[in-house]
Amino acid sequence: MKKWRCLVCDFVYDEAQGWPDEGIAPGTKWEDVPAGWSCPDCGASKADFELVED
Amino acid sequence: MTTASLPASGNWTDNKRYLWPLGALVMFLPLAGTIAYQYTGWSITLWFGFFILYGLIPIADRLLGEDDSNPPDSAMPALASDGYYRWALFISVPVYLGMWAYMIWFVTSQPLPWYGWLGAVLSLGVGCGLAINIGHELGHQTSPLERFLAKLTLAPGFYGHFYVEHNRGHHIRVATPEDPASSRFGETFYEFLPRCVYGSFKSAWEIEKKRLAREGKSVWHWSNDNLQSWALTALLWGAMVAWLGWVALPVLLIAAVYGGSLLEVVNYLEHYGLMRQKRADGSYERCQPHHSWNSNHVVTNVLLYHLQRHSDHHANPTRSYQTLRNFDNVPRLPSGYAAMILFAYIPPLWFWLMDPKVVAHHGGDMRKANIKPAIRERVIARYSAAV
Repeated sequence: MKKWRCLVCDFVYDEAQGWPDEGIAPGTKWEDVPAGWSCPDCGASKADFELVED
Repeated sequence: MTTASLPASGNWTDNKRYLWPLGALVMFLPLAGTIAYQYTGWSITLWFGFFILYGLIPIADRLLGEDDSNPPDSAMPALASDGYYRWALFISVPVYLGMWAYMIWFVTSQPLPWYGWLGAVLSLGVGCGLAINIGHELGHQTSPLERFLAKLTLAPGFYGHFYVEHNRGHHIRVATPEDPASSRFGETFYEFLPRCVYGSFKSAWEIEKKRLAREGKSVWHWSNDNLQSWALTALLWGAMVAWLGWVALPVLLIAAVYGGSLLEVVNYLEHYGLMRQKRADGSYERCQPHHSWNSNHVVTNVLLYHLQRHSDHHANPTRSYQTLRNFDNVPRLPSGYAAMILFAYIPPLWFWLMDPKVVAHHGGDMRKANIKPAIRERVIARYSAAV
């Protein structure tokens, strides 16, 4: 499971957690998150996220 | 959300395409004032930048009116990737920096009456205010070049914290009582200004502290974006003082404070009284188009790189200026930002003009509005009685 961080505001999407608020189930891989989904905090588009390197 | 009147796609052309460099061109105005002064000796020419902001632009907005047209969706990808627009914005940066250094040299080295000096310094301050808006547009982009230019553009006006706070503070908390940069119903501009400036500085510092802690670094680490921006300011201001002497310092300070106040008066307009509602779990709903005030007045829109298409900006913060769209049925200001700031300066006029619009927007249910805490209950009771 990977994490993706919004380049604009630092919000982190965690694949393990998903984003159930908006119907994205825990375990949903980043590539399966809908293309039109945007950062829940600041609204930046999916393309504005980068992989978090651990 | 529907977008307004889409023209048939295919042969669509951008009617603002060749107007965007005006954002850089206006940066020459304070300088043009000094040249006019050399020829005429009239101090009033040194007020050019100031008079144009408060006089000519509001009048031009009135005369030239609104443009609510949007590019068709099919034209968007090409419009977004067209390098011309990037350069039309970039060019404003060296023009601004050159104007800034020239103006400081001019006012510190030429014998001027105090009212001429003041006019030139305030006209420079108008440039600093416009530059924060340019830094705003650049700071929303994600490439390293744009991000560096954003810091550079904010540095002369000592507004580098904005780069941090705006993206990672304001955009997250917009239109909530927790946001220092969202104004509240019943709050005057003069109450808003100190709350916003103090709150924004504090927020910027804490945001970077948190980020650096996550990376295991101290808040004093050189990669702190606030420290980088302030170091740039210290470098530029230090260079001007070294070159021109301490007489440059009041000029730098007045232009920066006045320029910053222009940015904040625009902040005051953008979300006045609007509030995102809380969901069942206590978190705020997403920022939506009806959480920002908009204007399609074309002159101010060109000079501010479509900042007034503010709903789309908050919905899509990395969307570049040329692609920002007008939405129908969003809160709309009666005029462009340039005219509205005159109202904001005079609180009774502002309340007279805007409060009925906020009440109407909420259908009289002011529980949904962002209200100054001291008067919240009174306002809710007053308008609910009237419904």
